Amino acid sequence: MAIKERMSGNEAVSYAIRQINPDVMPAFPITPSTEIPQMVSTYIANGEIDTEFIPVESEHSSMSAAIGAEAAGARSLTATSSAGLALMWEELLLAASNRLPIALALVNRTLSGPININCDHSDSMGARDTGWIQIYAENNQEAYDNFIQAYPIAEHESVHLPIMICQDGFITSHAVENIELIEDNYVKKFVGTYTPEEFLLNPSKPISVGPYSISSYAMEAKKNQEIALENAKAVILEVAKKFKKISGREYGLFEEYKTKDADYIMFIIGSAAGTAKQAVDELRTCGKKVGVLKLRVFRPFPAKEIANALKGCKAVAIMDRCESYNGNTGPLGSEVTSALFNNKVIIDTVNYIYGLAGRDFTVDETKAVFSELEDMVVNGKKIEQHKYIGLRK
Amino acid sequence: MNNGIEIRWHGRGGQGAKTAALLLADVAFKTGQNVQGFPEYGPERMGAPITAYNRISDSKIRVHSNIYTPDYVVVVDETLLSSVDVTSGLKKNGAIIINTPKSREEIAEKLEEYSGRIYTVDARKISEETLGKNFPNSPMLAAIVAVSGVMDRNTFIKEMRASYQHKFAKKPEVIDGNMKALEMAYDIVWSAVEGDKMSLSA
Repeated sequence: MAIKERMSGNEAVSYAIRQINPDVMPAFPITPSTEIPQMVSTYIANGEIDTEFIPVESEHSSMSAAIGAEAAGARSLTATSSAGLALMWEELLLAASNRLPIALALVNRTLSGPININCDHSDSMGARDTGWIQIYAENNQEAYDNFIQAYPIAEHESVHLPIMICQDGFITSHAVENIELIEDNYVKKFVGTYTPEEFLLNPSKPISVGPYSISSYAMEAKKNQEIALENAKAVILEVAKKFKKISGREYGLFEEYKTKDADYIMFIIGSAAGTAKQAVDELRTCGKKVGVLKLRVFRPFPAKEIANALKGCKAVAIMDRCESYNGNTGPLGSEVTSALFNNKVIIDTVNYIYGLAGRDFTVDETKAVFSELEDMVVNGKKIEQHKYIGLRK
Repeated sequence: MNNGIEIRWHGRGGQGAKTAALLLADVAFKTGQNVQGFPEYGPERMGAPITAYNRISDSKIRVHSNIYTPDYVVVVDETLLSSVDVTSGLKKNGAIIINTPKSREEIAEKLEEYSGRIYTVDARKISEETLGKNFPNSPMLAAIVAVSGVMDRNTFIKEMRASYQHKFAKKPEVIDGNMKALEMAYDIVWSAVEGDKMSLSA
C-alpha cells in the first residue's frame, strides 16, 4: 500500500501538509525552509487543499497569526529556520503557555554569526525551554512520518501543546532520497478532524485567551504546562503505535541501533545518525562492539529511558550539533549527563561538538570518536571533555 | 557505502550541475535503485564553482555526508580544472568526465596526478547543435550514465523522455532537442568506454 517515491525533505513535509489540509498557514520565507510555504501555496493555488495561507511581514507575525488562528479554533501551522525561529521567540512561549497545539516545520539552520545558511541545531536547541514538543528526523522519511504524527500528539486531550518537527537544513531538506508515502485517505483518517474543546469563536462558551494571571495562580498554570509536557511522552508512544499500523514503520522516543551489547555508544540527533550507523556497521565487521542511540524526542526529554538504555555500556560519546557557550557542555552534553547522574548510572562520557554551521561530519570521524572512547576506557587516556570535531588546524 | 556508486559533480552556478544530479537521482530511482542527489550549498551565484553529489545503491543509503572518495567525477565546466582539485579522492578504478572540445590526451596532461580513466565530451557543441543554446547538463548527464553503467541506454532514454515530458510540459518544443543531446553524448562516450574495454582485454 506504500507509494514509493523520491523527494527532498522539504517536499516530503509539504506533501504531508497537503494530505493533512490544515486550516491556516501564516508564513514568512527563510532559507532553507522557504520551499515549504512555497510548495504549500502551490497546492492551494491548484485547488488541491483549502488551507488559508497568510503571507505576513515577519516570523514574529507568522507565529502571532498562528496563535490567533489556533486560539480561534483553527488547525494552524507555519515553517521556519534559524533567525526566523529566533524572531518568534516571545510567541513560542505564548503558544505553549496558552496550550495551543500549533505545528511548526522547522528546518534546522545555524544562528548568526558569522552569518551562514547551513545546518546546525542552534535554532531549535535555543528554543528548548519554550515549552514546545520537539521531534527530530534522520532523513526525509522520518520528517514526513513525524509530521503526520504531529497533530495527533499535540492535540491530544492530555497534551494540548505546540509541536516542532525538525529536520536538518539542506542535508535532508534539499537532498532527494527514496521515500515511502502513505495514501491520502489513510493519512486523513489518522490525523482526523480538529475538534477543540474550547476556542474563541464558540459563542456558546465564551473564553478568554492569554489574560494576566496574578502570582497566586500563575505558578499553577506553569506546573500544569509541565505536566502536559510529561504527558506527551506516553502520547508520543501511543501515536507511534497507531502510526505503525498504517505505515509499518516503528518509532519510539529514541532509536537504539546495535546498542544492546555495545561497549561504546554514540548519542546523536538528526541526519548524522545515519552516517554514524554506517560507521557502526563497518566497525562491527572488525569485531568492535559499538552502537548508536539516536534521539528522536528531545522535548519532553526521556531522561530515565536514556539512562536505562545507556547503563550497560562502558562509555558514551554525546554529540552536540550546537554550542551552549557555557564553558562546560553543549545542550545534549548537559542533559544526558544529568540524566545519567540522577538515575545513578555512572559511566564515562565525552561531549563532542560537531557539524556547526554546516561543517560536514563523516563516517571516518565517527570511527575516530569510537576509537577515542576505547582508548580512554582501555588505556586510561585522558580525553578533553567538550571537544570539537573537524576543526581546521 | 557498500555495493553502490558515488558521483561528484563540479560546475558553475547556473550551468545546471545541481539539476543534472537531481535528474540522475530521478532516473536511477525509476529503475528501482536507492538514490541520493544533493548539492553543497553556499553563497551561490551565477558563475561561482558549485558541487553536487549522487549516491546510487541497491541497498538503503544512510550516510549524510559529502563525498570525498567518489567513483566518478563529472566536470561541467572545463575552466574549473585550473581552480578546483577535481580529482581529489577520485578512485583509480573510477573515471572523470569532462566537458571540453579537447582530447583526453590533452586533458591527461593537465591531470597528471590522476592515473585513472578520462573521458571528454564536447557538451557545449552538442547542446548548441541540438538546442541552439549552451545547456551542458543534459549531455553530461548522458555521459555519466554511459561511463558508470547505472542503467542501459534504452532504459535511460525511455525514462528521460518521460521525465522531460513532465518537466517541460509547458514548452514541449525543447523535448526533442534535449533527447537528441542525450543520445549524441551517450553514443560518443559509450564508444570511448567500449574502446577502452577492447584495449584492456586485448
